Amino acid sequence: MPKLLKDQQISNDDFQILQQDPEEPVLPDGNVLFHVSSIDQAVKTNGLHKGQVGIWFDSDDEPETVANALNQFEIIAVNFPRFMDGRGYSLARLLRERFDYRGDIRAIGDILVDQLYYLKRCGFSSFRLREDQNPDYALAALTTFSTDYQTAADKLPPVYRLRHQL
Amino acid sequence: MYKYDDYDQQIVDERVLQFRDQTRRFLAGELPEDEFLPLRLQNGLYVQRFAPMLRIAIPYGMVSSTQIRKLAYIARRYDKGYVHFTTRQNLQLNWPRLEEVPEILEELASVEMHAIQTSGNCIRNTTTDQFAGVAHDEIIDPRPWCEIIRQWSTFHPEFAYLPRKFKIAVCGSEQDRAATQVHDIGIHAFLNENNDVRFKILAGGGLGRTPMVGSVIKPSLEPEHLLSYLDAVLRVYNRYGRRDNKYKARIKILVKALTPEVFAKQVETEWSHLKETDARLPQQEIDRVQSFFTEPDYEKLTNIDLTDLALSAEPDFQLWLRRNVHPHKKPGYSAVTLTLKATADAPGDASSEQLEAISDLADRFSFGELRVSHEQNLIFADVPQSRLHELWLTLKPLNLATPNQGLLTDMICCPGGDFCALANARSIPLAESIQRRFDDMDFLHDIGELDLNISGCMNACGHHHVGHIGILGVDRKGEEYYQVQVGGSSGHDASLGKILGPSFKMDEVPDIIDKILKTYVELRTPEERFIDTCRRVGVQPFKEKVYAKAA
Repeated sequence: MPKLLKDQQISNDDFQILQQDPEEPVLPDGNVLFHVSSIDQAVKTNGLHKGQVGIWFDSDDEPETVANALNQFEIIAVNFPRFMDGRGYSLARLLRERFDYRGDIRAIGDILVDQLYYLKRCGFSSFRLREDQNPDYALAALTTFSTDYQTAADKLPPVYRLRHQL
Repeated sequence: MYKYDDYDQQIVDERVLQFRDQTRRFLAGELPEDEFLPLRLQNGLYVQRFAPMLRIAIPYGMVSSTQIRKLAYIARRYDKGYVHFTTRQNLQLNWPRLEEVPEILEELASVEMHAIQTSGNCIRNTTTDQFAGVAHDEIIDPRPWCEIIRQWSTFHPEFAYLPRKFKIAVCGSEQDRAATQVHDIGIHAFLNENNDVRFKILAGGGLGRTPMVGSVIKPSLEPEHLLSYLDAVLRVYNRYGRRDNKYKARIKILVKALTPEVFAKQVETEWSHLKETDARLPQQEIDRVQSFFTEPDYEKLTNIDLTDLALSAEPDFQLWLRRNVHPHKKPGYSAVTLTLKATADAPGDASSEQLEAISDLADRFSFGELRVSHEQNLIFADVPQSRLHELWLTLKPLNLATPNQGLLTDMICCPGGDFCALANARSIPLAESIQRRFDDMDFLHDIGELDLNISGCMNACGHHHVGHIGILGVDRKGEEYYQVQVGGSSGHDASLGKILGPSFKMDEVPDIIDKILKTYVELRTPEERFIDTCRRVGVQPFKEKVYAKAA
């Protein structure tokens, strides 16, 4: 089972990621993530299903169209097909800052130690690590820098405000 | 110039630790090459044809004598004793050892320098006018804004994995010496009718395979919103820029596909959500950064008649005064260019010995600071006119007084096939053969202002599209050939050159240049520079001359 980094803890990520438009939709037991194209089904299932229900976005999906429905889910995941595909960083900031999403935002896909710091700053609150990643390194990577130059979804004051005690 | 505070120093120090750990994991086999690649690139580290290459940031081209001394030391200790200045006001070491790069970064951090984001698909070093702060035609000093952008872009968490690299240039004078129209974002600072600072924002300019001139997407932006507006532009690009084809991934392709009007509208919508957040720049911070770019302790001097000065000295000095000495906003001062374009030296190269001598001269003649220009030259910005002759006498034995600033032999030239893995052809030997052919200073001065730009491949690091004469290295069945174009310009009237026709072998190129120059001399009116004649007569007369059958 993939390792999950959340709240400074390493655990197993037991969420099952349902593919986009499955031919025979069979809902497995346990925690599931529906692709955003099946959000209607996710809404119907949420609460009735044994296990948590969440939504996942791929890097080219647009959260704008489903913004109002998001806060009823406890978890939203954003997929990184390749770690070099940086669209997910913007998606997470939109979810956190524009659509005021307050649940868990999980980074899934090609999630590597060396991107965790930026992911965290963009609003991700949990990380499903690629299987070969070292969990100890991952934990340490979250505190690579002690201060930052710009505002982001973590809402920490940027250096240009800290300098003037704003 | 800007000085780090504890925050700045801590961030750079933490970067050194981060990269030391990444390098250790790579060397231990824990981090695969393709995953280390973007990490090392965002620290300016390439693996080149023969050795790694480390690109060190010189933010907006400003550098102190202390920093230059450290660079001289680094080049000697960790490299072969010379450095290369680039067209983006940065500096490259061509032979460092990968294992020693963390140590080099630590040395750099000790003098407030770094290699952060000098490569990779992220926001690169912000560039500007090499005469910022001293130019006679300056309206706004662009350097505080460059520094504010430098800090904002450093480790920006959202924009470290863009579709492609992203370059910003700022200018604040009438004449655009920063080539802002061929950058991903160009920023023109100006004063509005109430004398308030405003920015005009251009987007979608660039060179490379598909050269384009940028379009205005925001005619007037308040300074407090600069960062939120840049965030908005970058976000639209990050989400919608093409990622399927690296040659179509720059923002210029997106701006063109959407049209500048539609792109501007999307940015505006995005910005409407961002402008009233903490991304708004506090006035206190603008004031703080501006306080580093005040005037040095200028003496009260009066202007000297440079013509009189010239007549009283050696003919070489006269040429140097005419070409390498530039007007200054303060009476009695001049800015001086040291061209790194002496014949037989690779354009933009300087040895550790030269760098150390230059540092001492900067202390003696120019308040301990110097600038790097995108033409790959160095500038002393604040030299008293009464000491110009003394400075020239000191520069001459160092081979740093070549009086060719802005002339044919002061060419922009990429490292080319001698160093770069991407190049189709060599550029340094071609530059040298042109310099050898045109070594008559009187002839060069008669030809006058002429930008000759050489790129070894279509990635256009040598900015060939915007050279008055541009040369592009191409590969024809495994052989080096050179395509020649005329009519480009990177100034406020930016234009892209037009290709003359089929390409030439290296040894033919000096003759071709000669034919182009003769055509100009025949056709020019008394007041016309080369580029003016090109624009008036078009490419045809040059084409005819160059491809005419021998009579």
